[in-house]
Amino acid sequence: MILKLAWRNLWRNKRRTAITLASVFFAVILATLMMSIKYGVYKNMTESMVASYTGFVQIHANGYWESKSIDDAFVLSDSLKDIINSNPKVTGMVERIEGFVLSATDSTTKGAMVVGTDPKAEMLMTQMNERVIEGEYLDGADNAVMLGQGLADYHHISVGDTLVLLGQGYHGTNAAGKYPIKGIVKFGSPELSKQLVILPIEQAKIFFGTEGSITNLVVLMDDASDATSLAKSIGAEVDERYEVMAWPELVPDLVNMIEADKVEGYVFMFILYMVISFGMFGTVLMMLAERKHEFGVMVAIGMKRSKLAAVVFFETIIISVIGAFLGILGAFPVCASLYYNPIPFGGEEAGQMMEDYGMEPVIQTSIEPHVFLDQAMIVALVAMIIAIYPFLSILKINANKAMRS
Amino acid sequence: MKNLVIETIAISKIYEGVVPVKAVDAVDLQIEDNEFTAIVGPSGSGKTTLLNMIGGLDRPTSGSVKVNGRDLTGLSENQLIDFRLNHIGFVFQSYNLIPVLNAKENTEFIMLLQNIEKKVRDERVEKLLNEVGLGDKMKSKPSQLSGGQQQRVAVARALASKPDFVLADEPTANLDSHSTSNLLDIMARLNEEEGTTFVFSTHDQRVIDRAKRVITLVDGKIESDIRK
Repeated sequence: MILKLAWRNLWRNKRRTAITLASVFFAVILATLMMSIKYGVYKNMTESMVASYTGFVQIHANGYWESKSIDDAFVLSDSLKDIINSNPKVTGMVERIEGFVLSATDSTTKGAMVVGTDPKAEMLMTQMNERVIEGEYLDGADNAVMLGQGLADYHHISVGDTLVLLGQGYHGTNAAGKYPIKGIVKFGSPELSKQLVILPIEQAKIFFGTEGSITNLVVLMDDASDATSLAKSIGAEVDERYEVMAWPELVPDLVNMIEADKVEGYVFMFILYMVISFGMFGTVLMMLAERKHEFGVMVAIGMKRSKLAAVVFFETIIISVIGAFLGILGAFPVCASLYYNPIPFGGEEAGQMMEDYGMEPVIQTSIEPHVFLDQAMIVALVAMIIAIYPFLSILKINANKAMRS
Repeated sequence: MKNLVIETIAISKIYEGVVPVKAVDAVDLQIEDNEFTAIVGPSGSGKTTLLNMIGGLDRPTSGSVKVNGRDLTGLSENQLIDFRLNHIGFVFQSYNLIPVLNAKENTEFIMLLQNIEKKVRDERVEKLLNEVGLGDKMKSKPSQLSGGQQQRVAVARALASKPDFVLADEPTANLDSHSTSNLLDIMARLNEEEGTTFVFSTHDQRVIDRAKRVITLVDGKIESDIRK
């Protein structure tokens, strides 16, 4: 009876209901599109940064991430490999040796990070080969390097030139080498581009003198959102000699940037929903005033005030849920269309800026369910908050006074 | 011996304000089963206030109201709502049907509040609407009914809960003479045949003429109480 009354009451004043529905509808469309684009951008950023280099999960010797010292290298044991490979979420792994060195030419020097890696595995996992913009991709047997574009530009060197690397090797040994440049790689992240030197892992082991140890084991998977749970489950299986870190710990700057941007989005949504809330609240107040006499009659003939309050509560909830549902229904095709057909970012400068931030220069949305469900939940919450006032008012209604109104 | 349905003991109602107004002044009243009583008097004489206090819609400033021996003055607001639901039928001057419900649903509404099972509800609604001559208007919304028809649905609604008595506040005030006559016929028949107790407030001479007992209020006091 309560729901029937609530539903029919909604359609007593069709125009008012339509206006309220429209305001919720457009608010939800706007908020959903905004959040869908934001989450799409975050995914783009994450994939550009994480999937192209960092990896979703990394395993190091305990303390390595803090010290970043080549001395904290570890031997990749078969038992560790088995633990990782047995996890169904894992799609692959790449061994790396990372260490900081001084890179030099005949006229310039610059700090750089040497990454020793298996070119074949890297090609499969991070598609690094697709980022070669000059020269050729490394082969595992090469005794040559690939440079980030930014570092090559700094040194004014190109394919065929020689780069000297000087640094500290494993347990205080000297690390020194001279390598021909086989390729120039373009990384989305300007930081990576300015400092990366890629070396085949076997050459890196010789260069750093690690005697077969590695510093990083990069674990790859399909879904970045599962990284933390994967890190936890691997972390629970390995002993204290290792640290297992998910990408949010590995690239905290990226996480912080995303979080800061989310806050901006939340502020915008808060303002948007506040405007809508006051509109809806006005409608509810008008409805309360118009129907006060009727409420009085219903209580007079024996309707419990709590039941009457429930009717009005449901009216607000129903109209909000319908508006939110229609809004999501309206937003989904637009979001899905932009998801499957990302729009290239217009303007060379804007596109370049996105690339500099390590992102593909496209506008791509997210169609993850939470983008839509979040809006539905926010609208439901707003509706519930708005419905509190009429609910409480009706609980206090005096039939006689209300009938005289 | 007839059962005493309503008893007021020295009830008064004073509306506080800059100048306090005594709307009802120490009224003692007894109404028995099956009565067809009209409370009459000029505007401002206290008819509606007296009816509201009898119906548990308003509380007396002093004195007490008893319905079937139960004192209403000590009941909480929620207890009064329950009491009204199960013991008192109301008919208002301006019909006051629920606009979104049709005639059947309006009549059924009280029984739904009483949690009466559907089969019983359906049978009773049909019987009541037939009794008030609206068996063919069950699906009509209030906006599709004339004033007289709406008031007849209101009577059916008032009787649906099988109340101890029906309070009707100027039930014919908004009706034309034909509808008034029709409504009075129905209520008189229900009083005669079903033994329903009716208490009206009115200043409509046609209603007064049909009443079996006429109580005249002046300035909140009973001036006369005539049984025909």
